[in-house]
Amino acid sequence: MKQSIFEIIENTALTSNVYRMRLAGDTSAITAPGQFVNIKLDGKFLRRPISVCDCKDGVLTLVYKVVGAGTAQMAEMHVAEELDILTGLGNGYDLTTAGERPLLLGGGVGVPPLYMLAKELIAAGKDVTVILGFNKQDEIFYEMEFRALGANVIVATADGSYGVKGFVTDALPADYTYFYTCGPEPMLKAVWRATNTSGQMSFEERMGCGFGACMGCSCKTLTGYKRICREGPVMRKEEILWEK
Amino acid sequence: MGKMNVNLCGITLDNPVIPASGTFGFGYEFAELYDINVLGTFSFKGTTKDPRFGNPTPRIAECTAGMINAVGLQNPGVEKVISEELPKLAQCFHKPVMANVSGFSVEDYAYTCEKLDKEPQVGWLEVNVSCPNVHGGGMSFGTNPEAAAEVTRAVKAVTTKPVIIKLSPNVTDIVSIAKACEEAGADGISLINTLLGMRIDLRRRVPVIANKMGGFSGSAIFPVAVRMVYQVAHAVKIPVVGMGGVTTAEDVIEMMMAGASAVEVGAANLVDPFASKKIIDDLPAAMAKYGIENLANIIGAVQ
Repeated sequence: MKQSIFEIIENTALTSNVYRMRLAGDTSAITAPGQFVNIKLDGKFLRRPISVCDCKDGVLTLVYKVVGAGTAQMAEMHVAEELDILTGLGNGYDLTTAGERPLLLGGGVGVPPLYMLAKELIAAGKDVTVILGFNKQDEIFYEMEFRALGANVIVATADGSYGVKGFVTDALPADYTYFYTCGPEPMLKAVWRATNTSGQMSFEERMGCGFGACMGCSCKTLTGYKRICREGPVMRKEEILWEK
Repeated sequence: MGKMNVNLCGITLDNPVIPASGTFGFGYEFAELYDINVLGTFSFKGTTKDPRFGNPTPRIAECTAGMINAVGLQNPGVEKVISEELPKLAQCFHKPVMANVSGFSVEDYAYTCEKLDKEPQVGWLEVNVSCPNVHGGGMSFGTNPEAAAEVTRAVKAVTTKPVIIKLSPNVTDIVSIAKACEEAGADGISLINTLLGMRIDLRRRVPVIANKMGGFSGSAIFPVAVRMVYQVAHAVKIPVVGMGGVTTAEDVIEMMMAGASAVEVGAANLVDPFASKKIIDDLPAAMAKYGIENLANIIGAVQ
């Protein structure tokens, strides 16, 4: 973990409420796709945890959805403004178990961390298929960005306005060696049931600190108690204990 | 540079700054970030007789200038704290540590304190009779002078190290409870634990926190804490450790002028992992600004 100041170099709307923010700063603490950063905002007591979408050569890319006052404040920020950010939080995805044809499934604002993951898997010579799930066509983002990486991309919309009608689990290919997923908990549960290989899933919880001190985001797993922010957010399929 | 060392129940602290229990784990997470030996000491994660997962999530809600937590004393239990956490801490912290203890019965408190009292790393026992997040324990002992005194007596009977009783602000008369603990043999009082609070999710019309209510902390509670530290420090003869919303070096000075011999820093550590270190770094300049040559001399300076 590192605490440092980043400068905003881009903050643009991708849809009516999803934004991409690119920031310049020290990204050296970010070591794996699926990690997150924790952002201090003026006037807000707690930081805002946001997953890393991409990170390269001192440029951090975050894709975030406006869901409350904090993210609304982020959406109003301008290029050249600065943010105090904790980087390198969480475990991130483990790429070593991917096999030759990994499947990536992202739902809504769970899509962004899969971008850096897809990039690294493709760089490692894997045949990557990505299923992106959204509610409807005008909520879709990053389809072209994933295609540009060279991934096989399938889009599913719940209302059928674009791509496959239904959820990401309605678009599962017949053959894949492993899966990685991030999205809302009902989607994770559906993916956990529908997949026939091992895989990794990224979870969310309301956090206090984001770096393991407060025990605010603990969960029970089959391998013991874990902090989503520290031993997570990525868990292995085999260790997940569904409680809710 | 002025003198920052203070005496807490017979043990000298290099400075009065103490990260508060529940905001600093067992120390070693923070030792990855900076040398935690710069601290006066710290109070480790509230420890109970048996292991606890704590409350269901969500356990955290944000507030204006603060936060609510309802963690519910998650900890590995006293046996594992001694066998696993303290050895890890010994690798990175070479000062006496404050052992924070909670319980669900008088016997629980005595059992856990007796075990920790024997650990050479432990300098003080901070007995939490004020956790608002557990039912049938914690705060129920700290809202009644007789019950608080009973816990104090039971712990004192089985320990040799200084016993500091950590009090709840969720009471009508904090002074009577502090005095009852002093009469029962407490070596010090620490306060305040969190204020019972609640937030509501307007869209879903449910409490934000799964346990409905939780403990409110952060800079918003600082004036309440200063007031209670002032009241208690002027009513008892034993040392008082002040806490509640402390965020800056000036807050530390204010707490000490109110009567605190040492000062704990809580929620600020969760927002800025370097908060306690920064406060220590800022203390000399803040002391110079207010003409303080020896911090120990300002304890209770306000009559």
